[in-house]
Amino acid sequence: MASTISTPVDATVGAKGGAQGGVQGGVLAGVNGPNKPPDLTPRGSKIAKNLSSKKGSIIVWLIAALWTVPTFGLLVSSFRPETQIKTSGWWFFFSDPSVTLDNYRGVLDNKVGGQPFTEFFLNSIKITVPGAVIPIFLAAFAAYAFSWMKFWGRDWIFVGVVALMVVPLQMTLIPLLRFFNSDFFPDKANGIPAIWLAHSIFAMPLAIFLLKNFIGSLPSEVIEAARVDGASHMVIFMRIVLPLSVPALASIGIFQFLWVWNDLLVAKVFGGGAKNQPMTFAMVDMVGSKGNEWQLLTAGAFVTMIVPLIVFLSLQRFFVRGLLAGSVKG
Amino acid sequence: MIEIFKTFVTVALGLGAFLAVMVGLYWLASQLPEPWRDRARVMVFVGPALVLLVGGLILPSLYTGRLSLFTGPNANKWYGFGNFRELFTDSDNLIVLRNTVWWVILVTLASTVIGITIARLADRMRGEPYAKALIFLPTAISMVGAGVIWNFVYATKGNDPDKQYGLLTWLWLKAEPILPGKQDPHYWLQDREFFGFHSSFLPGLNTLFMIVVIVWIQAGFATVVISAAMKGVPDDLVEAAKIDGATDRQSFFRIVLPYVKGTIITVATTTLIAVLKVFDIVQTMGKGGQFATSTLANDMYQRSFPLSQPGYGAALAVILFVAVVPIVYVNAKNQRNIREGR
Amino acid sequence: MSTLELINLQKRYQNGYEAVPGLDLEVRDGEFLVLVGPSGCGKSTVLRMVAGLEDISGGDMLIDGVRVNDMGPQQRDIAMVFQSYALYPNMTVGENIGFAMKLRKTDKAVMATKVAEVAALLELDKVLDRKPGQLSGGQRQRVAMGRAIVREPKLFLMDEPLSNLDAKLRVQTRAEISRLQRRLNITTMYVTHDQVEAMTMGDRVAVLRRGYLMQCATPQELYHTPDNLFVGQFIGSPSMNVVRAEVVEGTGGLPALTVGSQTIQLDDAALAQLPGVRGMIGRSVAFGMRPEVLGDEGTSSIDVDVELVEMLGAELLVHATIDAPSVKQTDEGVEIGESNTSMIVASMDARIRVNAASRMSLTLDTSRIHLFDLVTGDAIGKAKVDVG
Ligand SMILES: Nc1ncnc2c1ncn2[C@@H]1O[C@H](COP(=O)(O)OP(=O)(O)OP(=O)(O)O)[C@@H](O)[C@H]1O
Ligand SMILES: [Mg+2]
Repeated sequence: MASTISTPVDATVGAKGGAQGGVQGGVLAGVNGPNKPPDLTPRGSKIAKNLSSKKGSIIVWLIAALWTVPTFGLLVSSFRPETQIKTSGWWFFFSDPSVTLDNYRGVLDNKVGGQPFTEFFLNSIKITVPGAVIPIFLAAFAAYAFSWMKFWGRDWIFVGVVALMVVPLQMTLIPLLRFFNSDFFPDKANGIPAIWLAHSIFAMPLAIFLLKNFIGSLPSEVIEAARVDGASHMVIFMRIVLPLSVPALASIGIFQFLWVWNDLLVAKVFGGGAKNQPMTFAMVDMVGSKGNEWQLLTAGAFVTMIVPLIVFLSLQRFFVRGLLAGSVKG
Repeated sequence: MIEIFKTFVTVALGLGAFLAVMVGLYWLASQLPEPWRDRARVMVFVGPALVLLVGGLILPSLYTGRLSLFTGPNANKWYGFGNFRELFTDSDNLIVLRNTVWWVILVTLASTVIGITIARLADRMRGEPYAKALIFLPTAISMVGAGVIWNFVYATKGNDPDKQYGLLTWLWLKAEPILPGKQDPHYWLQDREFFGFHSSFLPGLNTLFMIVVIVWIQAGFATVVISAAMKGVPDDLVEAAKIDGATDRQSFFRIVLPYVKGTIITVATTTLIAVLKVFDIVQTMGKGGQFATSTLANDMYQRSFPLSQPGYGAALAVILFVAVVPIVYVNAKNQRNIREGR
Repeated sequence: MSTLELINLQKRYQNGYEAVPGLDLEVRDGEFLVLVGPSGCGKSTVLRMVAGLEDISGGDMLIDGVRVNDMGPQQRDIAMVFQSYALYPNMTVGENIGFAMKLRKTDKAVMATKVAEVAALLELDKVLDRKPGQLSGGQRQRVAMGRAIVREPKLFLMDEPLSNLDAKLRVQTRAEISRLQRRLNITTMYVTHDQVEAMTMGDRVAVLRRGYLMQCATPQELYHTPDNLFVGQFIGSPSMNVVRAEVVEGTGGLPALTVGSQTIQLDDAALAQLPGVRGMIGRSVAFGMRPEVLGDEGTSSIDVDVELVEMLGAELLVHATIDAPSVKQTDEGVEIGESNTSMIVASMDARIRVNAASRMSLTLDTSRIHLFDLVTGDAIGKAKVDVG
């Protein structure tokens, strides 16, 4: 991390608390200072400057363009009339521009599995928001305990939790599904809570790991000061740790949001029936059944992409830091 | 709109209720007599997460392990290692394994190398944040969306070059004057041969074209993480090397790369694990694994659900697990070495 | 209005390290007790045990006569100022100060007046609505103080609260804390590794070494009658010069000290201070001279080779060699220097002219010297008096 680490925590702690190195420093550094994007900003330097040449930057921009062309083509196509989409490439749009919103209308009126596309959009939101929020909070509680409570076998249990990151989600699909469909699980009819639960389970190891890195690196003296002031663990957690962890919670939350929003497998397995399915499902269905109706597919793909793109573009810095948390030495 | 609003209100209420319940439980725990009080408080904090992990990951994994030894549509007929035997002998299954291996190797290698290259070339260049944001963008797109985007690139329609709407096909047909021979209209995603060469070890062209898509998605992740790590290399280190007479190139390979080694390994591991789980792309682009494009994760879904062979599906999951464990182990060990000062 | 008693208090860390092997200490009602000692000697450990932040491995701790070993920090009614201040970064200054009262469900109006009062006392009224991140170092320090004093706790604990301030501010704040403590009259335990702080602030000072209490006394006593070589050398700056000397029989049967090639006769005044020397004839001892005693008034003198003269304005530091090995107390015990010469420092009136690289005679008042046992490091004079 190139930026100087300056967090509210460090600032209070002064000289001594500022020196957190290693992975934990990475987490702290990573999620703070949302006002400036340290990892995306070149830092000024004298000698080391000429690492990149003109040739280098041409290559970078070429790759960037190459990376953008497919998405750009889809975006352009989604605004072209059906007949044009099917008879000429989107690059002809510039010689013969004609714009229509018919494709989007078509998608929104289109029915998949007997229900309109908009239903799937709503389902996506219903699935994603709790699917991102629940595991983050559960993980935050656990991360606090692993950092600041004393109990038997604490470190070993934590290692065990982290080790569970290894389990591929496929490994648990069938038994979980059987469990959800058993009498033990009361709400068989509605698949959405099952999807939440499944996403929460799969998110848990990584979320606990990242949050423990962050929460554990809060200055211990602040926690101790609160204990001396008479605060219980619950009060410390709610009034001090949670407010201080907002950047970490947000970045991991965004990460989880994108993951749940873009998921197909978990929803397909646990959702039961089309009526609980997110947009990814509707898209796959459309690809299968309307593979040649490109006007619908292009617009549909863009509709599914719009929310993550907005989230991504507006919160990109947070998101990058969420990814970095715990993985990069500072 | 009302629906969305309702969802948000429900979530907010649910979250409030959840926190209230936690506080209540904690209060109850605090009423207990001493030896139990502390333990109960700890349980309030870690209990919910542990229940999810044990009930949602550990027990199901064990169950899956058991399931892999059974066969039949309900997986109730004892089959011993039959599923595994099939998995490693049947030629169709071997194709699945072969594809998976190629996926893993090519995607991991390509994403990491592209990530390193861009991170290096873009360092301190003008407009660096924007270029990197563009490359990072596909990370936000679902694999399903990516599938549609690239289906559109690969689409082929008839022979007339001017009627093509797939960018790749159009370029291919237009390349006739440049490339030798006559360019046929090509159905990229159905070509199971390796550039016209049939081999049981090499992946089909269609698989390669799908691999391109995942590289497209993953490279941005690699770039951003590696780039951040490179910016963490102390300036003095590079400057000292220069004063010692190292060229740009030497200081990059001798100083910068070793310094960020740990990050690169982490990125590679993360990518690798993500690739092992690739499912959506094969569903959207390979029509669920037809034309010999299936992978482990996809096959696992197909067998367990549409084909009703849960025992076989479980065996595939076990293989996946076994493949991941050593990778994570090596990575964890590496991380520890680095943290402890190499 | 409280007392604190530590009775054979022990701390063994999880890794088996015995940070405090057994400590007896009493802090009297309203007293300002300073814990001082070199880095790693266990000061923070003791303080954190008193706070309840660290488990007690053995012994007893009594606050107002009540055993508190098993109480959490919440129940002990103490306030603590941390070295890093440990302000809650997400709360304003006002909220920081009021947090403990809020947790105790104090009435809002009462709380507001108390916070205002404390803020006025500490000159924080203008920054009450700021977050800690927007304060200067000195202001943060005062917020930490405010957070502690607002509650009128039984005990005040401070762990090097001044070490993050610059030198000037430290001197100023030092005085403020002393004044505040006297005014509030709250029993205080204060940790520092800075002996100047210890001497200026404490009613009594407890010197720790590797978890052992070396001496606990008023600053004057510590300075003038150290119990042992360690305390003698730890307190005072520049620190006490200690060299090896032999006790011999001098004129009139009175003991004298042989230091290298010189002999220093002890007179009646000196023997009154050091009665224990009489029985030591023929033995080696550690001979301590404070820098300000050298070259001051006195009837004896000692010859040295001047190496370097440092002018500090008000005083003159003369670095010189003497032909006797140095002695110091380390963690392993008393250590005698290998070389037969050692450096000593004299602090003299700045108006005296001293030439470097010359031989000079430093006057010495033998009633102001210190003698210590060469094996145990115990002070010779005082120990004998106590026993006899
Ligand atoms: N958690 C711990 N586990 C093991 N040993 C510890 C632990 N904390 C402290 N120690 C050891 O106990 C001894 C006393 O530590 P303590 O922090 O009390 O020293 P201190 O006197 O406050 O020093 P300083 O002036 O440097 O703050 C040290 O040797 C330290 O290494
Ligand atoms: Mg300390």
